[in-house]
Amino acid sequence: MHAYPSIETKESSLNSPLTDPHIQIKDLNVYIDGRHILKNINLALPNNSVTSIIGPSGCGKTTLLKTLNRLVDDTKGVEITGSVLVNGEDIYGKDAEVTHIRKKMGLLSQKPYPLPMSIYDNVAYGPRIHGTKNTKELDKIVETQLRNVALWDEVKDRLGQSASGLSIGQQQRLCLARGLAVEPEIILGDESTSALDPLSTAKIEELLIELKQDYTIVLVTHILRQARRVSDYILFVYGGEILEFGPTEQVLLNPQHEITKQYVKGFIS
Amino acid sequence: MDNTKRRLLSEKIAKGFMHLSGITVTASLFFIVGTILYKGLPYLNWEMVSQLPKGGFYIGKEGGILNAILGSLYLAGVATALSAFIGIPISLYLNIYLGTNSRVTQFSKLLFDVLYGVPSIVYGAVGFGIMVYFGIRASLLGGIITVTLLTIPIVVRTVDELIKTIPEDLKNVTLSLGTTRWELAKVMLRSIRAGLLTAILLAFGRAIGDVAGVLLTTGFSDNLPKYIDEPAATLPLAIFFQLSSPIPEVQGRAYASALVLTIIILIIVVCTHILQSKQKNRR
Repeated sequence: MHAYPSIETKESSLNSPLTDPHIQIKDLNVYIDGRHILKNINLALPNNSVTSIIGPSGCGKTTLLKTLNRLVDDTKGVEITGSVLVNGEDIYGKDAEVTHIRKKMGLLSQKPYPLPMSIYDNVAYGPRIHGTKNTKELDKIVETQLRNVALWDEVKDRLGQSASGLSIGQQQRLCLARGLAVEPEIILGDESTSALDPLSTAKIEELLIELKQDYTIVLVTHILRQARRVSDYILFVYGGEILEFGPTEQVLLNPQHEITKQYVKGFIS
Repeated sequence: MDNTKRRLLSEKIAKGFMHLSGITVTASLFFIVGTILYKGLPYLNWEMVSQLPKGGFYIGKEGGILNAILGSLYLAGVATALSAFIGIPISLYLNIYLGTNSRVTQFSKLLFDVLYGVPSIVYGAVGFGIMVYFGIRASLLGGIITVTLLTIPIVVRTVDELIKTIPEDLKNVTLSLGTTRWELAKVMLRSIRAGLLTAILLAFGRAIGDVAGVLLTTGFSDNLPKYIDEPAATLPLAIFFQLSSPIPEVQGRAYASALVLTIIILIIVVCTHILQSKQKNRR
């Protein structure tokens, strides 16, 4: 089991029980066009765990996810203060190189967006741009990653065909394989199953639970049952603030905060 | 009931107008093509498209308009290629590097909208000014410069519209693989590649049919230009000159030339449609 994580408020940061967090957010504030979107976020996420970010629409959970790989940089009128440490390095620091940061964080988007190329090239794309040219090596990466996402047997005879010919569930698994092929440390999921049928959803969830052994996973979801099925920790965001953070069972079954209680019971959505 | 009747009536009126405009447009198109075919087809023969004008061609004797056909193809081909090489990077830079939220991007887009609407005689005048400044005479080069300027806004605006159709999340997931902006641009170009051909063909169509832009800048010649600084004939001008002649034979050839130009444009349009439907099928 992991060390017990906690919300690091200013008072408790001194006696944080988490000594070596994979991701640590310190005093993070995000403003978009002057609106205060994320307020004073302090958070530490342990290695090899799944954390689900839940909360009502518009509470800032997707923005929080996007600050982790600096996609939030592209938003109009955005202003960010505070720091996000990954393995102790500030990704908003002066020397931080954004392509390198993003390489460490695989993103699984809401809908699958395969690149406009073949199935093979989708997986090989990342390794290629990061310098792997050897065909045999690439073949091996493609096979390994497609096996990782349980897609190999379904596509091994048509690797050269366009990825858009796959079913939407297959496409999402391909996108996961494509992300894994660049060897990230962290997987970010932005409601990654919302476009999928129940069967494909179950497959993605299974994969995420398996992948937890090697990666730190952060998911945004609005499906509480999904959060319960896959995650070790739940982070409840409300109005741009972290209201509650703790082990899944605790947040869902025994929420400390009144608003969390109402959200979990389905009174707020 | 009354309300329903009124709604159905307004539906009928609206539909009536749509049918009317549809019929007007179709009828005019048939009228135009019909006129060209009726007047030009009798004069269209192999000699017409395979030979240069010979002495006395403009009073109805032997020769053809090969000079104008090739002149137009050279001019439009090179100008389109240049405007694609200049226009596509402009659009990529505005959308991917500066981003759609940047003021420079918004201002530039406004600028290109204006340039898109500027009549080609203005480009002709500007091109002429440039040529005078550099001491270039009316030539293929002058025409290429002018027509390139004319077609750049078409390429920029069309590519811009294409880039808008790319989902935000495709950009996000591509960037998340650790790509640079340039690598992202290449992925985006790939995803709009059939549309890019449409943009280029559109520019080509405008380039080959333009009269005012080439009138002052390209000149006219009965020979094929050997070098880029020699005057060259173009189809629109060939039509114009022949049509001004009082000799019926020459006027007929003007319509035959128009027919040739229309066929070239028709080929372009058909190619565009085939490419577009291929793109749709792939999606």
